[in-house]
Amino acid sequence: MRTTTFTIALGLAATTAIADEVRVYNWSDYIDEELLEKFEAETGIELIYDVFDSNEVLETKMLAGSSGYDVVVPSGTFLQRQITAGAFQELDRSKLPNAENLWDVIEERTAQYDPGNAYSINYMWGTTGIGVNVGKVQEILGDDAPIGSLALVFEPENMEKLAACGVHMLDAPSEIIPAALNYIGEDPDSQDPDVIAKVEPLLMAVRPYVTKFHSSEYINALANGDICVAVGWSGDILQARDRAAEADNGVEIAYNAPAEGALMWFDQMAIPADAPNPDAAHQFLNFILDAENMAAASNYVYYANGNAASQEFLVEDVIGDTAIYPDEATLENLYTTTPYAPKVQRTVTRLWTKIKSGT
Amino acid sequence: MRRLLISIPYLWLLILFLVPFGIVLKIALSDVALSIPPYTPQLDLSDGWTGFRAFWAELDLENFWFLTEDDLYWKAYLSSLKIALIATFLTLLVGFPIAYGMANAPNHWRPTLMLLIILPFWTSFLIRVYAWIGILSNEGFLNQFLIWTGILAEPAKILNTDIAVYIGIVYTYLPFMVLPIYATLEKLDGTLLEAAEDLGCTRIQAFWSVTAPLSKPGIIAGCFLVFIPALGEFVIPSLLGGSDTLMIGKVLWEEFFSNRDWPVASAVAVILLLILVVPIILFQRNEQKQREAEQ
Repeated sequence: MRTTTFTIALGLAATTAIADEVRVYNWSDYIDEELLEKFEAETGIELIYDVFDSNEVLETKMLAGSSGYDVVVPSGTFLQRQITAGAFQELDRSKLPNAENLWDVIEERTAQYDPGNAYSINYMWGTTGIGVNVGKVQEILGDDAPIGSLALVFEPENMEKLAACGVHMLDAPSEIIPAALNYIGEDPDSQDPDVIAKVEPLLMAVRPYVTKFHSSEYINALANGDICVAVGWSGDILQARDRAAEADNGVEIAYNAPAEGALMWFDQMAIPADAPNPDAAHQFLNFILDAENMAAASNYVYYANGNAASQEFLVEDVIGDTAIYPDEATLENLYTTTPYAPKVQRTVTRLWTKIKSGT
Repeated sequence: MRRLLISIPYLWLLILFLVPFGIVLKIALSDVALSIPPYTPQLDLSDGWTGFRAFWAELDLENFWFLTEDDLYWKAYLSSLKIALIATFLTLLVGFPIAYGMANAPNHWRPTLMLLIILPFWTSFLIRVYAWIGILSNEGFLNQFLIWTGILAEPAKILNTDIAVYIGIVYTYLPFMVLPIYATLEKLDGTLLEAAEDLGCTRIQAFWSVTAPLSKPGIIAGCFLVFIPALGEFVIPSLLGGSDTLMIGKVLWEEFFSNRDWPVASAVAVILLLILVVPIILFQRNEQKQREAEQ
């Protein structure tokens, strides 16, 4: 009921949208809010900024149509499927002079989801890995705890001991299942339901010890010391590290991309086909593509971006941290995935429900 | 004029129940597709009658059959029923004494007590449920308090379990239980209790043979007001429950968002509605009987 009324309200708002406003729908904890004020001051366009914490929520809004948003930020595989469904409009590069700042290393990789990068620009990218409360994990598993390995979360004997302290995992089958496949030596990007089924025993064995499958609560939970381990997104865990350091509560958080290999993902900014204000949306993208603005965003959220020109403005904490900007060796160890076909998606979701609920 | 007055509730029913239900039912009979919106067929009125026939021909019950093939769905329905029933009972257990106390409080106190019951509604429901995360978490107020008093040595895991879901439902729906019970208890004729005592009842016997039966309508109304929304509850189990809290609201969410399968999601919703219609009809009958008795 709540969501229905909300959607209706949005729908109404969308039809009455005036030319000088832009509605942006981005991930939670994913921008320096000062940038939003700067955009309004520079362009005189009113910015309405909403957040979500899962690709699924965004995709459902996109596929329902008339979302009322001008800029949205799906990840690569989701972007690809939504382009096929006709959810986005091609970008007008003449309105994006700052697009020359984009980094070819990242553009090459995002082109596999969006051929020729016709519909999207890269906002941020990162890896999916493990965040640990170093002190507590070492207290439980000893000083040689495998904090840089998936064994920490995929071996029941480790998880059994960590359970009392708390373990969160992303509620995102498209992230956890590839990691599990990779851990058992299968292709993380497998589309074969029989191969995907092989992770079931592994994940079923550790599920009793997972405190919660959730995709955003772990930032606070890690920072407050409520949990010891989180399988999550690189920058989120680094934000938790900083929040804990600021709170000075004795919690020390570390992030590691698993030694076995990690999923590399790309969050892409795109303009919905039915965006009420595509012009303002292009202005927003161009603003984000500005080297200094993009650097400010990365400096704030601890994610790498796809903007080569921004790198000179990045603080050492970001550009010099191999957890954010991996070195060559780590980069080779990263893998990417492609979208699941509808039938495979159903297998994956069913498996995920089974893992989460035990049924 | 009279006909117009009668038509208002029916119009209400038509616009706010039957039309949305028709839309959901239509989607439940469709097939999933990668498009906007993500299902076919679409009713194309420009083709006139042939368009409608083509639309009709493509509808089928396949999505309902699908629900019978996987035991997830009936397990989720059953688990939701169980959680809703237990939560309703617990709410009654907490709510009845509150209502009883309010009804027996001095007259000048009652408006204040009523205000206190309604007061939490001034804050958003979502924020109040979120507040429970802070109270129930491992490092939360409740655990800190229990450790401070020495009742517990180690923090107890309450958040992300079914217990937290029960606490959340009882807390959220308590006013819906208290208010109807209070309304019936307040009307209760005090002389009946005096008569019972004159006839040799102890106070406890008088409670069970006079107060309890007479407050039945309020109890039934309160139970339905709690049970019906609790059955389809999504927010409380997803915020306070654990990953193994199986409720149909969460399954519906998965179908809709993760599988992007609107047709199956709609089929789940239609069945949920049918399950709810049964208690609603019982409730209606009960109300009717009560009204007849009063006349």
